[in-house]
Amino acid sequence: MSTLVYLEHAGGEIDEPSLQALTLARAVAGGNMVAAVVACNSLLQAPSDALAGHGVSVVHVAEGETFESYAPRAVAEAIVELARRVGATAVVGPGTERGNEVFAHVAALLDLPFAANCVTAATSEDGADVTRVRWGGSLLEVARVHAPTTLLTVQPHAVAIETTADAAPEVEAFAPQLSDAARALRVVDRVGASTGGISLADAKVVVSGGRGAGSADGFGMIEELAALLGAAVGCSRAVTMAGWRPHTDQVGQTGTKIAPDLYIACGISGATQHLAGCKGAKRILAINTDPEAPILASADYAVIGDMHEIVPALTAAIRAAKSA
Amino acid sequence: MKVLACVKRVPMTGGRIVLTDDAQAIETRHLGFTISPHEECGVEEAIRLVEANGGESVVLTLGSAEAEEQLRDAMALGVDRAIHLVTDGEEWDPQATAAAIVDAVRTDEAESGPFDVVFFGNESADSGNYQIGIRVAHALGRPVATGLKGVAVEGSTVRCEQEVAGGRELYELPLPAVVTVKEGLNFPRFPSVPGRLRAQRKPLASSAPARPSSRLEKLRLVVPEGEGKQAEVLGHGTDAAPRVVEVLQQIGVV
Repeated sequence: MSTLVYLEHAGGEIDEPSLQALTLARAVAGGNMVAAVVACNSLLQAPSDALAGHGVSVVHVAEGETFESYAPRAVAEAIVELARRVGATAVVGPGTERGNEVFAHVAALLDLPFAANCVTAATSEDGADVTRVRWGGSLLEVARVHAPTTLLTVQPHAVAIETTADAAPEVEAFAPQLSDAARALRVVDRVGASTGGISLADAKVVVSGGRGAGSADGFGMIEELAALLGAAVGCSRAVTMAGWRPHTDQVGQTGTKIAPDLYIACGISGATQHLAGCKGAKRILAINTDPEAPILASADYAVIGDMHEIVPALTAAIRAAKSA
Repeated sequence: MKVLACVKRVPMTGGRIVLTDDAQAIETRHLGFTISPHEECGVEEAIRLVEANGGESVVLTLGSAEAEEQLRDAMALGVDRAIHLVTDGEEWDPQATAAAIVDAVRTDEAESGPFDVVFFGNESADSGNYQIGIRVAHALGRPVATGLKGVAVEGSTVRCEQEVAGGRELYELPLPAVVTVKEGLNFPRFPSVPGRLRAQRKPLASSAPARPSSRLEKLRLVVPEGEGKQAEVLGHGTDAAPRVVEVLQQIGVV
């Protein structure tokens, strides 16, 4: 029985979703050490020290020039080759967009089931029992994976990282056999973001408007408040569907998922679609005419009333406080 | 150019999800249904490709008899015809879904030639399995790019733009290809009344494939417990502003 964990990294730095995947993978492995696999074009970039204290016995580094840019099928073929070699009974990875993409390729190559975005997992008689996320986190599914090798990814920021007393793992390089299809499927170019200003995904404060804004013009006051707070402007899906704001402003399950210190939701009722995008906020302030709006059950603070009156008053009060 | 858009019928959940008594599904008696949002953009892109290049657009779903509503919706927007893989409403797992779609694609292509592009959503709104498009691409022996916010056919290739932190990364796939797209790719059009009438007369081919046993077997659904939060009401109307400023100062935002 052996568990293999795919780790995403940038120049040797391992991101949190991959460390969270390691924690859940050790649970699947019954507390035993796990093997890890990363892909890079040069061994120099391989992480080892960063993996001390995460229960990794050996980190297998898939090397090759194909990995110079992101190549999802090539990474998948490297994982498949290694999983066969070590006799993996479970392969675990981060449930990021790219982690899920790589695992779908692995699943297709092996013709095995794949459970995406799990929050719990344990081995069972013929595979694993998992709990996985649906509806962007608004619903959970208890499921059974029937397979000789369990493939699963771990929902980001749903599992607390647990560390161990282990030293940094050994590093073993290998050059996987890649198909022509795998070598051909890779990023060929990159363009920078064209939009200036504060990015929604990274903003410390986000001020959003919903249907309650009433029109595209209703966002004038939201932009003013946001500018005063150094915040990014967001919106609900109803707003983008109405054509009041571009989709790049949309917070939600099918928009941007945000994690600010403060989220100010103006005239947003709190549909599951929207809450799936803002549940990462540390604090939520809701401004809403309806004291029964669903968003109040997810918010920390609320002001009841018309955003068209409250937002300008709040902007004036903050301005006064700043100049005092 | 022949283009396929694969879609899924999903409920519009609104503010709070309620489950059926057996916890096998969402209680949908009071809910409307829609095409999963990412896939709406796949439908729109398929229509635009055919508008620009000529040819034929097709929409496909695997779902209950009621899912004909979503196929007609897509045809009302301009898709030429539909393929309905009719189920009894039970959920199919991702492998079974992909296999049924592959069979349907092969059947259609044997009759009227290959699809240059097959569109999927990056993940469905409801089950969110992130894998159908990739499985279908492997089975058909075609390249696949996922999570796309830009799709441009240029000659015999499709240029694909994937949104990543701080920018976009590009892939170039030879046709025929499979792409999975995300909301924001385009702004889907709304149906017209004549479009809705035309959709009722457009061809719809239905068949009822047998459901294999699930290898990713749903046992039950659970509504996650809320964080037990109930917002502290800081006030009503403009009078609340000073109190809000106090709170913002406490948490260090002002």
